[in-house]
Amino acid sequence: MPSTGGTRLIELKGVRKSYDGGKSYAVAGASFTVERGEFLGLIGESGCGKTTTLKMINRLEEPTAGSVFVNGQNVREQNPEQLRRNIGYVFQGIGLFPHRTVVQNVAAVPELLGWDPDRIQARCEQILSMVGLPLEDYGARVPGQLSGGQQQRVGVARALAAESEVVLMDEPFGALDPITRVELQEEFKRIQQELNLTVVMVTHDMTEALLLADRIAVMKNGEILQIGTPHELLNNPQHDYVKKIVDMPKRRADRLEEIMRGHS
Amino acid sequence: MSDNLREQLLLLPVYFQGHLLLTLAALSVGICISVPLGVWASQSPRVKRPLLITVSIIQTFPSLAILALVVALLGGRIGFLPAFIALTLYSMLPIVRNTVSGLESVSTSVVDAAKGIGMSPRQILTRIQMPLAMPVIVAGIRTATVWTVGLATLSTLVGASSFGNFIFTGIQTRNLVAVTVGSLASAALAVSLDGLIGLVQGLAEKQSKGIVERKHKRAGAIAGSVIVLIFLAIAYNLFQQEEADFVVGGKPFTEQYIMAGLISARLEDAGFSVELRPGLGSDVIFAATSTGNVDVYLEYSGTIWASFMKRSGNPGREAIRSAVVQFVEEQGMTNLGFPGFQNRYALAMRRDRALELGISSIEDLIPIANTLSTGGDLEFFGRSEWLRLRDLYNIDFAEKLTFDVSLMYTAVQERQVDLITAYTTDGRVAAYDLLILDDPRNAMLPYDGMLLVSDAASSSPEFLQALEPIIGGISEEQMREANRLVDVEGKSVSEAVAYLQGQL
Repeated sequence: MPSTGGTRLIELKGVRKSYDGGKSYAVAGASFTVERGEFLGLIGESGCGKTTTLKMINRLEEPTAGSVFVNGQNVREQNPEQLRRNIGYVFQGIGLFPHRTVVQNVAAVPELLGWDPDRIQARCEQILSMVGLPLEDYGARVPGQLSGGQQQRVGVARALAAESEVVLMDEPFGALDPITRVELQEEFKRIQQELNLTVVMVTHDMTEALLLADRIAVMKNGEILQIGTPHELLNNPQHDYVKKIVDMPKRRADRLEEIMRGHS
Repeated sequence: MSDNLREQLLLLPVYFQGHLLLTLAALSVGICISVPLGVWASQSPRVKRPLLITVSIIQTFPSLAILALVVALLGGRIGFLPAFIALTLYSMLPIVRNTVSGLESVSTSVVDAAKGIGMSPRQILTRIQMPLAMPVIVAGIRTATVWTVGLATLSTLVGASSFGNFIFTGIQTRNLVAVTVGSLASAALAVSLDGLIGLVQGLAEKQSKGIVERKHKRAGAIAGSVIVLIFLAIAYNLFQQEEADFVVGGKPFTEQYIMAGLISARLEDAGFSVELRPGLGSDVIFAATSTGNVDVYLEYSGTIWASFMKRSGNPGREAIRSAVVQFVEEQGMTNLGFPGFQNRYALAMRRDRALELGISSIEDLIPIANTLSTGGDLEFFGRSEWLRLRDLYNIDFAEKLTFDVSLMYTAVQERQVDLITAYTTDGRVAAYDLLILDDPRNAMLPYDGMLLVSDAASSSPEFLQALEPIIGGISEEQMREANRLVDVEGKSVSEAVAYLQGQL
């Protein structure tokens, strides 16, 4: 459940993005807020503008129109690098630094922020044990010596290392095998709740969104069709497209239930 | 150990020092220029294509042409600087190319991640891209190193000493020992530097995979410091050396090596220190003497007349002598005088054959030329000498064959041809007992040897005095004999110099 403290940690107001000087829009007017401790899923097909929307939050992309606020501050008024250091980011391609050890990867942002070494060491130890890769066993390894699942655990640890409240995730579990994926999803949800993180996660997997997110924004052709809790989307879809994409996991769930009851 | 080998090995330290310094200096500067250029190109597509094309074009220039161009651009300056600049330019392509492709090969997901967690462009470059691209960049440096070591041998031609001095002198004076010593030394240097940089490359590879142990770091540090130490030691040594009183130049063939040796020997006997720059190209040495980079060398009147004054026709030996003397003075040089021999083209035939046919002059050939065969060197039948010979005597030969020079002499000796276009001071004229035919109608351009002296040197009375005996002191027979000692007998250049010293 979202901790509805009432603080809007992320706010997008009429955000638009065009790559061709206004002839067409990759994002055609996105407005939403994310509360402190809330987990928002951004879902849609590839090319619907969900990743662009995500990247405008930490200025990896600049909006053509509209504004983005993080913690009440317009991101335009902040140094983009400073902004990014204070926002965790988990990448689809994981993007670990192959020439750095696990602990060096995790320490990257705290180092950029100029923490003192003892604090960095303590934080790495804490965060690595939280993602299930104890520093004494894994700290000195390099990414090439880890499995895909372990690599993404390091990716998550890196995103959380600097104690950021906000974490952006771009299809973080997409490249993992199904068992690892579920394992990591569950663990991440636990960590998110434990640390009361505010998360925006881009995904094209509706089941993932339904299971992890507090609220889901469905995007199509650069527009947000509907934002609501999983319950609202499942029971009250306001667009055919929304109905279509929530239906499939629903049908699967119904079918699984039938099988378990013994009807076939 | 033979005297020849001992003589070559004595030269080894000096040439080694020159070669290594040249290579390392060109590489260091090449790296300092090429890596930043490669970084720039990888970040700016607008720069990338023109830059890669430019460095590729530099690479496709024949290396000799680059050397000559750099000498010309520096106003005739010879020695270390032009060779260093040319080699630096040559080292650029592999380093620039590998820097670009190394940086481009860094996975975009890694670069995106670095950006996404808040690294600045500079931090992304120095902390992520460069370490990951380093193995490829070092591989480029390694390639450049092997090229540069090989190309440095050519710098002999612009007056920078290197192992090339062994090779060029050896080829021209048929001294295979010298050629072998030079080639082996150059190869050994290339292999050693290649190995040393290979160590660095291995380290960079390990580093880019994140597996660096302390011993690797130590090995890398040692390899790096060895290179730096060698460099500093040689540079220090080089700058410690005092500048010689006079620079003696020479072109790359036997007679020139002997005469440069003779001039040096006489100057050294007079108490001067001398720097010898043998094997320079004809244009390079003429320009270098007029600018004072070379103080003295043996030139030929016909070369100045035809190549530098660009004159055609043959007004006769005396007229050409006075014309070229005036010309060199206009170019800021002095003609110290004529030693007394000419190294010109001449028709020559076996003495017994000439007696048999009753021939002593080209005029005697006129009635029978169409029954005789003539061997020429690779260019003679395309030169103005041949056209004049044909027109002035109104002759043509039954056969005109073209040979490599050494094969040409063999051909006449073995009676495969009746006549050849010999060089008048060639040692083989004496060795094979060839008769040089008179040329009463002056078809062949005169090539009087003459000592060209720089402005600075010509104002030193002791200098002029030391070389005075050479003027009018060497006959065609004596020069031929000196050349014969080297080319036919396989004696060293210094033995031929000693012979000429004894004749003065």
